[in-house]
Amino acid sequence: MYTEKVMDHFTNPRNVGEVENANGIGEVGNASCGDIMRISLLIEDNIIQDIKFRTFGCGAAIATSSMVTELVKGKTVEEALQITNKAVAEALGGLPPVKMHCSNLAADALHKAIEDYKLHQNEGVQRLEEKVSV
Amino acid sequence: MKRIYLDHAATTPVRAEVVAATVEYMTTKFGNPSSVHSFSREVKEGVEKARAQVAGLINATPEEIIFTSGGTEADNMAIIGLARAYAAKGKHIITSAIEHHAVLDTCKALEKEGFTVTVLPVDEYGFIGIEKLQAAITADTILVTIMHVNNEVGTIEPIAEIGRVARENGIFFHTDAVQSVGKVPLDVEKMKIDLLTGSGHKIYGPKGTGFLYVGKGIKLNPLFFGGGQEKKRRSGTENVPGIIGLGLASELAGKELETEMARQAVLRNMLIEGLLDRIPYTRLNGHRELRIASNVNISFEYVEGESLLLSLDLQGVAASSGSACTSGSLEPSHVLTAMGICHETAHGSVRMTLGRETTNEDIEYVLGIFPPIVERLRAMSPLYDTKGRECGECTLKK
Repeated sequence: MYTEKVMDHFTNPRNVGEVENANGIGEVGNASCGDIMRISLLIEDNIIQDIKFRTFGCGAAIATSSMVTELVKGKTVEEALQITNKAVAEALGGLPPVKMHCSNLAADALHKAIEDYKLHQNEGVQRLEEKVSV
Repeated sequence: MKRIYLDHAATTPVRAEVVAATVEYMTTKFGNPSSVHSFSREVKEGVEKARAQVAGLINATPEEIIFTSGGTEADNMAIIGLARAYAAKGKHIITSAIEHHAVLDTCKALEKEGFTVTVLPVDEYGFIGIEKLQAAITADTILVTIMHVNNEVGTIEPIAEIGRVARENGIFFHTDAVQSVGKVPLDVEKMKIDLLTGSGHKIYGPKGTGFLYVGKGIKLNPLFFGGGQEKKRRSGTENVPGIIGLGLASELAGKELETEMARQAVLRNMLIEGLLDRIPYTRLNGHRELRIASNVNISFEYVEGESLLLSLDLQGVAASSGSACTSGSLEPSHVLTAMGICHETAHGSVRMTLGRETTNEDIEYVLGIFPPIVERLRAMSPLYDTKGRECGECTLKK
């Protein structure tokens, strides 16, 4: 039912774990639905220098998580934001139709991690401003 | 690669002697049993012999057996056929939350015809309570339909007691015995069973074969109309090769029932104890003793069932899961959730069902490959860091 590429990423997932000095973390899904994806990343000079994932879920969930990390590592933030769930599925040679909605959330997790990074950046700027005004 | 089949509750390989018998009835003995010539007579004899073989397995008489296309048809025929035949007497049906969908969805369909259905809850092991059954009976109740052995967790329901309660109240009792025929001793007389569903491919017979036992004098409205076969209860030319195969498979299952089930129970216990011992955060689903000898169902916390199945499959082991990802829906197994097991634990369930060809070495192999598979997936799972947390809905012992 899965393509060879999906099985490859399921068997040998790329970038498993947590980025130690991450500056962006995104988590989507919930355990009662059977899927949770967590992406941690390190962005420096607008480039995704490092990215890792941890996933609780089916074969498709694990393979899409692995694929999304491979797709965006070394890319700019803007390029990463262009990646869609559909693009991840296509990069894997497609997913069974039933998996397209429930287990294909890796790009969402990525975007959430980038949002988290941006939020922290803004907070950092604000804090700096606060200091200046004091 | 070594391949180990542990999905016998899904289907079984057809026994060689059964294959040989069916081939004979596709080639030399190919007649239509409804004709009048000699080609027909020899086939008719074969069909009646098969009827007696099936009847013998459950202590019924041959006239009480109707051949069907399988368990699903027999369930539909029993529930719809009886409800329509006795609608004037009452319109209430009692079933349980852990039935196969062939029963649950059939009952649901009857609601559209004006019947009311009570779905009995089950306890943490999957047992229905006799008191709850008694309390659900009304003057309008005509049928109780409760399975003998659950297909997912192997729980053996107290059907002799259910039969007694139904008989005392003048209600018909149907049991879906697809998982138990040929594996757990059945006696329709002693257990006071009025209708019973069985399937051929679960007992090393051909797919597309099954039967419904209907006790003498019980009326059924037919679902199929046509040539009037099976005493007008099931029109359509008989699946003769299938019936021959079902008959022989039934007889052989009955002969080896006791020894084979004792043998499988030892292997089952070895598998259950081995997995629970070797892998932390696991839970046996169903009852430790009151389960069919062939069933193991275990939840592995913090991992998802389909991932486990894929990993097992990569190492040659075939199993199944109660995870939503294997059902084509977003909901995990209705059986596990009815037993009060929370969704995430249900998602991590794996069912392994043993069979005639399962050996000691097979179980040892599975016990060897299982722990690293779970370990690998847990290392990947973000939930594993939060282990030890309380799961509110669950009775899980950590």
